[in-house]
Amino acid sequence: MCGTCGCSDGANIRLLTPEGAEPAQVSHHHGDHTHSHDDEGDRTVVLQEKVLARNDVLAQQNRDWLQARGVRAVNLMSSPGAGKTTLLERTATDLAGQLVISVIEGDQETALDADRMRRAGCRVVQVNTGTGCHLDAAMVSQALQSLDPPAGSVVVIENVGNLVCPALFDLGEAHRTVLASVAEGADKPVKYPHMFRTADLVLVSKTDLLPHLDFDLGRCTADIGRISPGAQVLPVSARTGDGCLKWYDWLLRP
Amino acid sequence: MHELAIAESVVETVTQRLPDAKVTCVHLEIGALSGVVADSIRFCFDLATEGTSLAGAQLKITEPPAQCRCRACGSEFQPDSPIVLCTCGSPDAAVLSGEQLKIVSVSVA
Repeated sequence: MCGTCGCSDGANIRLLTPEGAEPAQVSHHHGDHTHSHDDEGDRTVVLQEKVLARNDVLAQQNRDWLQARGVRAVNLMSSPGAGKTTLLERTATDLAGQLVISVIEGDQETALDADRMRRAGCRVVQVNTGTGCHLDAAMVSQALQSLDPPAGSVVVIENVGNLVCPALFDLGEAHRTVLASVAEGADKPVKYPHMFRTADLVLVSKTDLLPHLDFDLGRCTADIGRISPGAQVLPVSARTGDGCLKWYDWLLRP
Repeated sequence: MHELAIAESVVETVTQRLPDAKVTCVHLEIGALSGVVADSIRFCFDLATEGTSLAGAQLKITEPPAQCRCRACGSEFQPDSPIVLCTCGSPDAAVLSGEQLKIVSVSVA
């Protein structure tokens, strides 16, 4: 493999031709290699270090901090518009007096979701990531300090709406929950397996729309079972409240 | 695109470990189940290294396949996609390797 650009191995990008065949090779740029492929005279230093080591260390610090306080953190992830905030609004309202829920809101811009959750009675910290596509452990660490959640409470980290990038970043959460709305189609788990692979709970949201859609809940549940065999699947509707009691039980369990 | 954040983490880690070195090559290992696209790292590596001691460095990426052990039948296998499925049909498998995302080594002038 060319060391300058790393090209020639086709990596893990797979293309399908219009006929449905896989071409032999996905190639890109430079036709001519004029750069030297040897690095004589240089010294090699072995590092063997995880690229996300710093994030992982901070995530573990978050986890220890939360555990010492007796606070459970849930990393809630989904595509944009799947209904994370709407479900959380209903959850906070229905569980008022039973469970203290504080929220870390992750969005590229605006405090719209933070305002909604504040109106629902939660303490909220909004993290605006600018161009960033995910929350990382450092952002959550800062947010936790300012959130100051009480013992016995739950912190929901509403990640940036995105089914790709947040999968990679440990935030120090106790649970990874993915929410997928029926409006998105039943194929999301197989299309975004990295996200669903690490989930311990998958909420299938907006089930009140099922009569208007061809969404196959059985197929979706079976696919989630193949991708993440240990994951629990709960269909919910934040609009009608259907299925919400099971979600509340899950949240309330010690 | 999280690959830019990954590339920036590489720069940060290398400059912390070797603060005074002029880095000429970085060797990364990106496992098949790491969730990171090697081509995207290549795409943003120059951007992430610009103005640092890694500027102009070569980038080598090794992409080892994943290795899993089926908890149902006990056999070891290499999954051909991120959906880990044993040939016996069971999805219940331990990932032995393939999730790694690491800096193997660097070359310094």
